[in-house]
Amino acid sequence: MIIVDSIGTFGKYLILMRRVFARPDSWRMFFRQYLREVLQLGINSIPIVLLISFFIGAVICIQMKLNVESSWMPKFVVGYATREIMLLEFSSSIMCLILSGKVGSNITSEIGAMRVTQQIDALEIMGVNSANYLIFPKIVALVSIIPALVIFSIFAGIMGAYGICMFTGIMTPDDLTYGLQYEFSQWFIWCSIIKALFFAYIITSVASFYGYYVGGGSIEVGKASTDAVVSCSVLILFADIVLTQLLMQ
Amino acid sequence: MIRLESISKRFESQVVLDDINATFDNGKTNLIIGLSGAGKTVLLKCIVGLLVPDSGKVLYDGRDMVTLKKKERLLLRREMGMLFQSAALFDSMSVLENVMFPLDMFSDKPFDDRLKRARFCLERVNMLDAQYKSPSELSGGMQKRAAIARAIALEPRYLFCDEPNSGLDPKTSLIIDELIHNITEEYGITTIVNTHDMNSVMGIGDNIIFLAGGRKAWEGTKDEILYSNNDVLNEFLFSSDLLRKVRDGALLKG
Repeated sequence: MIIVDSIGTFGKYLILMRRVFARPDSWRMFFRQYLREVLQLGINSIPIVLLISFFIGAVICIQMKLNVESSWMPKFVVGYATREIMLLEFSSSIMCLILSGKVGSNITSEIGAMRVTQQIDALEIMGVNSANYLIFPKIVALVSIIPALVIFSIFAGIMGAYGICMFTGIMTPDDLTYGLQYEFSQWFIWCSIIKALFFAYIITSVASFYGYYVGGGSIEVGKASTDAVVSCSVLILFADIVLTQLLMQ
Repeated sequence: MIRLESISKRFESQVVLDDINATFDNGKTNLIIGLSGAGKTVLLKCIVGLLVPDSGKVLYDGRDMVTLKKKERLLLRREMGMLFQSAALFDSMSVLENVMFPLDMFSDKPFDDRLKRARFCLERVNMLDAQYKSPSELSGGMQKRAAIARAIALEPRYLFCDEPNSGLDPKTSLIIDELIHNITEEYGITTIVNTHDMNSVMGIGDNIIFLAGGRKAWEGTKDEILYSNNDVLNEFLFSSDLLRKVRDGALLKG
């Protein structure tokens, strides 16, 4: 039964995506919506991305220093490990998990509220492809802004590591800098961005799917938001395994 | 003109609409009335294409909504305006932006012309003063008026209203009814109103269809409805003391 339901849900998702990836009824309205979504989903997420990344960068640096340091371990390992964690996992996967909570629930509740207040019906009656008008700009906006968020996250995480070195003196900034630069591979940044592009698509499309098909009233909208965040998180984790395997081979 | 031919709709084993036939003429305010659960909303949704009937035809000046191709159906929908029970104004936009929306979406006219048209529509419903307000700042009646302005922005040929007086006081209801009726006559639109407000029935019902148990139980005008011999209709109509007194008074006079 669960398998049949899952296949049914996936089919419904594909049908919705077919309507989403259609030619917009009006490019003028698409770009207007796109700019609005870039602001709402991307620019408004920068503060939380910077804040969390800064503190996680600092905490990773402390943990590395406390747990990895030994007489036979070079000092630069702390900086090296901090960089690798930020680049390879935190700034893409973990940051997108956080964003799935913030952005995902926002999208589901916005579209869900439009559904239960008949605003989506109003669009349909006007002859507007409501799925395309509401969801397509969100997907394009988050996918196009996510590389910037990844870069900001990496930068803030490294600043956090520097900050903790300078304020607590657990190690010198020079040792940290040496570790951060040690055997640096540009490909890891690309890996992080590529993974985040997929995650951004998952967050926007899955959250929109839950909002678009919500039925009932405000309680159902709240439940759909929770379901959307859980589904996005699980899918991001699965996608992370596949993408990491593919990109890091 | 909209013509319904043998419209039937069922949800699983429950028959909601059974062989509905009706004609809605241009320039007339057509009402669909009936008890809650009689199938009014389902019928309206079938007419506008939000639901697909199991059988029958919904003919818009000869074009069958059910069998039209997707692109043709979209074009037909651009000839429709709809006033929802909840007004369904877009929360994220001001009143003016709401009225501009269909124009921005489908009109190739320059911005100034679109703005002029939107303001004209707002003025028509006496809402120009509230053009920069957001829907949440408006009363129920004002929201309905703004929704009417949005519905007529693209000069529709067909106007649909789902319970337009729901949640409004009697005076505001009359204003909304008059507005719908005047716009219908002024622009020669085919208007279908789904209601169970008896003030609307007596005030603007050029053509009235009464649904009971998913079937069309009666059809006539506001002048004929008080004198009907249909027991089910009379039970629905005269369920309140006030209307019984109106009927008795009318019969005494007549």
